[in-house]
Amino acid sequence: MGRFIIRRLIWTVFIVLLVSVLTFLIFFVLPSGDPALRFAGKQPTAELIAQARANLGLDKSLPEQYWLFLKHLVTGDEYGWPGLGYSFHTRDAVLPELINRARVTGSIIIGGAALWMLIGVPVGVISALKRRTIWDRGLMGVCLFFVSAPVFWLALLSLLIFWKKLHWLPGTGYVAFAESPGQWFAHLILPWCVLALLYAAIYARIVRANMIDVVSEDYIRTAYAKGLSPRRVVMHHELKPALAPVVALFATDLGALVGGTIVTETVFNMQGLGNWLLIAANNNDLPVTMAVTIVVAAAVSLLTLVADVLLAAIDPRVRLQ
Amino acid sequence: MSTDSAPLLEVTDLRVHFPTADGVVKAVDGSTFTVRRGETLGVVGESGSGKSITFLTVMGLINRQSARISGSVRFEGREILDASADEMRGIRGARIGMIFQDPMTSLHPMHKVGDQIAEVVRTHTDKSKSEAHRMAVEALREVGIPSPETRARQYPHEFSGGMRQRAMIAMALVMKPSLLIADEPTTALDVTIQAQILELIDELKDQFNIGVVLVSHSLATIADVSENVMVMYAGRPAELGSRDEVFSDAQHPYTWGLLESVPRPDIRVERLVPIDGAPPSLITLPPGCAFGPRCPHARTECTAEVPELRDRGAGHADACILATEEKGRLRAARMKALGVTT
Repeated sequence: MGRFIIRRLIWTVFIVLLVSVLTFLIFFVLPSGDPALRFAGKQPTAELIAQARANLGLDKSLPEQYWLFLKHLVTGDEYGWPGLGYSFHTRDAVLPELINRARVTGSIIIGGAALWMLIGVPVGVISALKRRTIWDRGLMGVCLFFVSAPVFWLALLSLLIFWKKLHWLPGTGYVAFAESPGQWFAHLILPWCVLALLYAAIYARIVRANMIDVVSEDYIRTAYAKGLSPRRVVMHHELKPALAPVVALFATDLGALVGGTIVTETVFNMQGLGNWLLIAANNNDLPVTMAVTIVVAAAVSLLTLVADVLLAAIDPRVRLQ
Repeated sequence: MSTDSAPLLEVTDLRVHFPTADGVVKAVDGSTFTVRRGETLGVVGESGSGKSITFLTVMGLINRQSARISGSVRFEGREILDASADEMRGIRGARIGMIFQDPMTSLHPMHKVGDQIAEVVRTHTDKSKSEAHRMAVEALREVGIPSPETRARQYPHEFSGGMRQRAMIAMALVMKPSLLIADEPTTALDVTIQAQILELIDELKDQFNIGVVLVSHSLATIADVSENVMVMYAGRPAELGSRDEVFSDAQHPYTWGLLESVPRPDIRVERLVPIDGAPPSLITLPPGCAFGPRCPHARTECTAEVPELRDRGAGHADACILATEEKGRLRAARMKALGVTT
């Protein structure tokens, strides 16, 4: 187990490096415009552009530039460790903003994830147990609605109702938890719900399908033949095998969301990572693009590791190697 | 073994019909038999002959909403076909143990074997966790599992196929029930392991003086360990009697077909003969004798009405309308045609 985790951590480092190389190459291969133009003033002359290129280090060869990026990443730079440089777009240091924005995205994901598991798993289980009844059909109908409803539409609609019409909520934007926990919560509750409804609907459908598969397993027939009550059969024999794959899926979905809540962040006017990546990509902002990509790659890779360890803890047939 | 002659399990005219969109599936349609303590009833029939449904019904494991069940099932002297769900839970696992075809899939893959057995004890008694665990280990020892303390802490995937079926038997017998129902317990096992499991069931039957039902699709499997044999066809018993009677003096042409289609060490035959055709649809049974369309000796009388199970003496009954003497002639002719030398 220990060796497995160490090996996977090394693998994670390798993945992150690979992703950074690819991102770096894509940035230069795509004809996206010269970042130096921004730094060369309103009437750029050839000399000014060359000057800007030299300042940004863009005059060096690609391997040399990547090497410098790596060197700063590992040894740190004037803004701290890990060295991520400054934004080509805003000219602010990347690291402090990365931390701020990670807090925003983290807040959205953690609350949303807790909510979607709390809704999705019970709905799936109830649907499976009440299969083909009005409950099942009703719940699955609602799920189908939320699976198909576009997030931006749902987000705007919820803002219209709960903010503009009912005035229950203070509006968009993000308030730091340290500043005011109440405001933090009030601003996040809608993004949480919008994110959670989509995923809860997906998870409910998966949990229902898993439960229905498990119910027809031979070992469930054995459980009844032992004289167990239906309640005990569900709680002790059906839930565990039905939910084991969901745990793994949950961890990977969390990782993917680190850079994937772009729509939610944009509609609710929250300065998170996904939003930032979009701005960076639109402005040829290499350092920000690199920073966010690395964080997302590391998050996906680490949470996949967590998923594997959790799955092995739940299912004795799974061997970590 | 047992001196009391009252049957442990007495099933009379059991019918289990499933209404479906295509029609009523008559999975069991008039099953009658008894099982006594210290005796094994071997139940033989093709897939879809109603063997498994019969005993799942006895266990109360057929969903009453989806099936129409009639007849009588008396167990330990009382009628259990109309017993409440709670009463049946008290019987299942405690008074009747059941094991299934595939021990690979019948044990819960995520629970320790010892815990799965102890769960039966905890469900039916107030015994403590440690006492239940001790009984689980003891049950594993009784079915011949080496180092049962260690094995109890392992998961099913760490067991071989034969060991898993032993663990299933331990689970079925941990509460010392009076009846063990084994639904094709050796079908999924290696041939060498099959004999071991059958022997084990036979030994435990004597040791605990329990009644055993051994369901199989093969006569050869049950031949050695059954006192009585029931041959089922299309949801009904075709023939029922002591093992020796059924094997040496089979009365039903379907039983003849079964006997002639498998090799036997005691009789030399020149060739094995399969039974022509396939089992009938349980929705639209042929008129009269359900085996009629596949029976080489069928005549017009056979289609008149569904033949009753009739006692031919010595507890040997069959559901074929032909006269005993005529069947003797027919059987002799069949044996001759096969080149049988006894």
